[in-house]
Amino acid sequence: MVTGEAVWAALAAIPDPEIPVISLVDLGVVRDVSVDDERVRVEFTPTFLGCPALEVMRDAMAASIEALGGKPEIRVVVDDSWSTDRITTAGREKLREAGFAPPAPHAAEPPKLVQLRSNAFRCPYCGSSETKLENLFGPTPCRSVRYCESCRQPFEQFKTI
Amino acid sequence: MRERAQRLLQIADDELVLGWRDSEWTGIAPFLEEDVALSSIAQNEIGHARALYELAARDLGTTADELAFDRAPEEYRCAPFVEVRLMAWADTIARRVLYEAADAIRLDMLKADPDPELAGLAAKMDREEVYHRLHAEMWADRLREEPRFRTAVNALWGQALGVLDAELAAVLAERMPEQLGWTPAAAVPAARDGHSDGFRELWDDMTMVRRSIPGASW
Repeated sequence: MVTGEAVWAALAAIPDPEIPVISLVDLGVVRDVSVDDERVRVEFTPTFLGCPALEVMRDAMAASIEALGGKPEIRVVVDDSWSTDRITTAGREKLREAGFAPPAPHAAEPPKLVQLRSNAFRCPYCGSSETKLENLFGPTPCRSVRYCESCRQPFEQFKTI
Repeated sequence: MRERAQRLLQIADDELVLGWRDSEWTGIAPFLEEDVALSSIAQNEIGHARALYELAARDLGTTADELAFDRAPEEYRCAPFVEVRLMAWADTIARRVLYEAADAIRLDMLKADPDPELAGLAAKMDREEVYHRLHAEMWADRLREEPRFRTAVNALWGQALGVLDAELAAVLAERMPEQLGWTPAAAVPAARDGHSDGFRELWDDMTMVRRSIPGASW
């Protein structure tokens, strides 16, 4: 008999395909799990719509539910329910430890260039706020690139969305 | 439902084709940061197209891939503005600046739509578009005095107005001078009918795999 708890635990063990230090549950993309006998339904929301890791995440979730003996039904919910505020506190800490600056909190107003260019963002390596924006875009849709003037280390900043 | 699908297809085709055009800079943009930026923006736009096609496909009983790649060239509803191959940086940036301004107005309208699926998807797209708009703003500011940029904006202005219907195009015409810091030369909005000469070639490239191996998926 598959339990909701077992499913959550299994999903919490699946790493994000592009930033494997953080799990899908830490990332906040699993919205709901419901178990009806052996049928396991997962509602899942992509981070960015252009994220190429979507299928990989879906297949990994299905495989881990099958391993528990459940029949997975993964439903991709494309609405406005995910923001970077859904990344858990533990997830943020794991990001920072791995050299990714976690996203700033989502404000009512979208971020402005002047804010992103300011030194309001801390370097995940040395903690200095003497950092500057290098590129709004980075290796994946969810990241920008910044440079730390104190420890002279470029780093990736999770975009706030 | 078919009516909603037709609305969705028009926007999806714009995003897919512009994403395709912007991705032509991958590997050859003027400097590395912009190579990354244009590639990332293109990837987002194509991701938006995919989400819009998926919604339309549900209404029409087909799939996103079939809508994106299996239609005849004349069935695409994209604006001529997004089709043109622009391989001068000033031209590409002019199109990005104008497209993002038009797209923001269109997304605001969709976000207020009574259809919750449409409004929800538009809101999600809009979160990502914020960064495209910041990129456009940065370049519009940097190139404000650059004659090649101004010439490109003026040349594309009529086509950009044609991305939106008349009511929303009027909003764009009102907003653009403030965003640019100068006023583009008056132009007649280009109608969204038929395709530019370059579209057939783009379509050939874009649908080549699906036509060679029908039903291919990857």
